[in-house]
Amino acid sequence: MKNTRGVVIGGAAIVLSAIFFLVPFLFSFVIASMDRTQANQLEFTWPQPFVLLNNVAEALAARDYLMIIAFINSIILTVASVAALVILSAMVAYVWQRRISRWSPLINILVLAGLIVPPAIVPTIWVLQTVGLFRTMPGLIFIEIAYGLPFCILLFRAFIASVPRELDEAAVVDGAGSVQIFFRVIFPVLRSVVMTVIILQSVLIYNDFQNPLYFLPGTENATVQLTLLNFQSQFTTQYNLLFATILLVTIPPLIMFIFFNRKIVEGMAAGSVKG
Amino acid sequence: MASTLSTSEATRLAPATRSLRDRGKKRPGPYPYWFYIVPAIIYVVFFMVPTFASFYFSFTRWDLFTSTWIGLKNYKTFFAEQALIIGLRNTLIYAVITSGLKVVLGMALALLLTSKIIARGYLRSVVFFPVLVSTIGIGLTFTVLMDPERGLINQALGVVGINGPGWLTNPDLALFSIALVDVWKGVGLATVIYIAGLVSIPQEYYEAAEVDGAGRWKVFRNIMLPLARPATATVITLSLIGGLRSFDLIWAMTKGGPGFASDVIASVIYKQYQAGFYGLSTAGSVVLFLVVTIIVVPLTWWLNRGEEVT
Repeated sequence: MKNTRGVVIGGAAIVLSAIFFLVPFLFSFVIASMDRTQANQLEFTWPQPFVLLNNVAEALAARDYLMIIAFINSIILTVASVAALVILSAMVAYVWQRRISRWSPLINILVLAGLIVPPAIVPTIWVLQTVGLFRTMPGLIFIEIAYGLPFCILLFRAFIASVPRELDEAAVVDGAGSVQIFFRVIFPVLRSVVMTVIILQSVLIYNDFQNPLYFLPGTENATVQLTLLNFQSQFTTQYNLLFATILLVTIPPLIMFIFFNRKIVEGMAAGSVKG
Repeated sequence: MASTLSTSEATRLAPATRSLRDRGKKRPGPYPYWFYIVPAIIYVVFFMVPTFASFYFSFTRWDLFTSTWIGLKNYKTFFAEQALIIGLRNTLIYAVITSGLKVVLGMALALLLTSKIIARGYLRSVVFFPVLVSTIGIGLTFTVLMDPERGLINQALGVVGINGPGWLTNPDLALFSIALVDVWKGVGLATVIYIAGLVSIPQEYYEAAEVDGAGRWKVFRNIMLPLARPATATVITLSLIGGLRSFDLIWAMTKGGPGFASDVIASVIYKQYQAGFYGLSTAGSVVLFLVVTIIVVPLTWWLNRGEEVT
């Protein structure tokens, strides 16, 4: 009795989820696989002929391989920002959690402010220009680090609270210096939360549109998301290429999702509850 | 020697660590403050300085190099121009609709996906996946799907005899259509937060309710809803912050149009920046800061206070 119920409701849910959640992705896929004439009809039918790979190659080659350059830029941005975020926020969270001092409440306020306060755009451009980093990749990397720190610090702090203090104290007795203790003793223990931070932040930063739009504009060093939006006006009569580009841009998060589904869901739920 | 510390070892170590802590007053100790320095510099320079500077520059006419103090003129312009007022109103509407729908649908989906149905794992994945996909990609896809004549949505509605509206071309509808896409993309996050909240409710509560003969609705109303309150607080806070700041999806779908019908504060800030009105754009940033702070800070405080009482 109970099982039939589960099958009926589950079956209905599968059908509804397919209509609401899968059709938009399937639609992108079939349009991306059509030739130009068929794609411009925008009909949800099977591609005739099926030319997905040609379209992908053409989309990648468009405007002198702009999309490939954009992928390289996005990878540099993501890897550099995430690497710095992991190390810097783990260091802050470690000292913040372990050493209660007059700085602790201040950090608390700064972290909460960082989560809530929307960044002031033009003054940020002014600061970047003053230090000579406007329209540069390092400038954008610093921005991503600054905006990502609060969330990562909270994730690390919650985890470090569960790491026994005896670990650091034993290392002190062994005569290790503070840098050594952090990198040789504490950091390796944080592996699981490090993975969470890497996965979450790389998806967030890779998908970021607003910050590259303001702080790294232009076509030569644009990131993937900017290039995708630029292609919208480029491909108004070539929907197959537009959707091939959308598919390409969706591949990295899809790979992350396939391998780290559980980790992402746990991290997002845990991180947001603390935030 | 065993890797774990025995009690006797711990007591033996205690005096040593204590003396180290005493010395720590003179030396940095194992938790040095200088670990804060690099992140603090990055955070202060690239986040805090611009935030504080925005208050000053919002009172100026500004071209990034020289600024002239003009008092409240930017704010007067901001609240006098119809287009900008629409942006402020739309921001509030958008944030309230998206967070309201995410709470209701997130809770409903979480209830469904924690009940005994088949294909739970698959369904959770499908609902969650859009959270990870590029907002721009989703915006462009739905712009095509919502095309009034050729779009798949209106063609499907046409099959069942409904004359679908101009989702993004009708000024009265555009903002709501974008809000729906926002919910479509974001409801997966609300769902996993609610699932985490629901599964942490101890089984005993349900057993006790069953003994008392409580029906499904009573179990939901008197057990699940109150005990999932922290999850509700999180979903509301997160989606309000996201909704008030939202820009990417709106920019990808309508660029604030038709006219100013789907403009929000964030898109106004961008348009004023593009037009070279840096002072006015910065005033927009300050308005957004005030809106977010005035709404989110008291709300978070109130939601968390309620939590402590129970």
